[in-house]
Amino acid sequence: MTFINYASREINCKIVYYGPGLCGKTTNIQWIHEQANPEKRGKLVSLATETDRTLFFDFLPLDMGTVKGFKVRFHLYTVPGQVFYDASRKLILRGCDGVIFVADSQRPRMEANIESIANLATNLKDNGFDIRTMPYVLQLNKRDMPTAAPVQEMEELLRFRNEPMIEAVASQGTGVIDTLKACARQILMELQRS
Amino acid sequence: MAKPDMVMYEEEYQALQAIISRLQVDSASKVVFLVDKNGQQIAASGDVRSIDATSLASLTAGNVAATDGLAKLIGEKEFSLLFHEGEKDNLHISIVGKRGILVVIFDQTSSLALVRLRVKRASRDLQEIFEKVEARAQASSTDTSNFESPFSEITDEDIDKLFGD
Repeated sequence: MTFINYASREINCKIVYYGPGLCGKTTNIQWIHEQANPEKRGKLVSLATETDRTLFFDFLPLDMGTVKGFKVRFHLYTVPGQVFYDASRKLILRGCDGVIFVADSQRPRMEANIESIANLATNLKDNGFDIRTMPYVLQLNKRDMPTAAPVQEMEELLRFRNEPMIEAVASQGTGVIDTLKACARQILMELQRS
Repeated sequence: MAKPDMVMYEEEYQALQAIISRLQVDSASKVVFLVDKNGQQIAASGDVRSIDATSLASLTAGNVAATDGLAKLIGEKEFSLLFHEGEKDNLHISIVGKRGILVVIFDQTSSLALVRLRVKRASRDLQEIFEKVEARAQASSTDTSNFESPFSEITDEDIDKLFGD
């Protein structure tokens, strides 16, 4: 839920990166952290296991400048992708303003992508959100992998509401900012409508 | 979005700030934070510069959410209080109303009993303000005729500027 503080003239928005295990959610926000101006970015907090798999969440606050005199700050979260962390995923979706679904382009991961979108829809619903209407972006990550499925095939399988679909190689930063921007745009437009 | 946005105006913000400043003094604590359940800092008092407040807010909300999950697993609605004891500093976390989290950081110059006592009173006062904010949010979601949002004219250009295009 967007938190608008008129006293300090701040808008805070929460964006959640969602997707199956090892699809590159953490890589997305790590890249943003590395590239962001140190004055604009906060500390990247990662609650990870010893093998660097996300245990609870990663968190990155980003100050983006001002809109209509209000300082805009995005709070980026990732969820743990592994199937058994479902309770954590549900908790992290609380009060989110927008979701970025990071799909793994590798053909053997297509079933995991589909299951993860279904899981996202259920967990959003349990938090009072509707996946069909909330700010949402589909990122096709790992486009550089030799086993990557064709874009059209992924679109048919994963795209369901004409949402922005962005090709990415998060490890190299390709498409990372475009994805964030597409989500931010929808959130701010939503703010305009409400 | 699922619920109306949380909008805080000057008067409410000052009232919240006054309550937590008083709590910080009365409980002889180092820092007091008021955090939203979604992980955003609302107000702070004390030596806030010594702490990464944004991370603290996000992790506190995560902690409370996880504890909520634990409560439900054993059939409780929620655990309204969390206490973490450190070597020097302690963390007292309590839920205020439906959406606030009050975080008090204190050392041996105070005591758990004093903090609990003062937090109880402050929570009641904070809850009153939260209820006002909530009531106004609900009223404004049904009647927007008297309120003109400054965001009604956000343009594509405004958004592009945020990303340095």
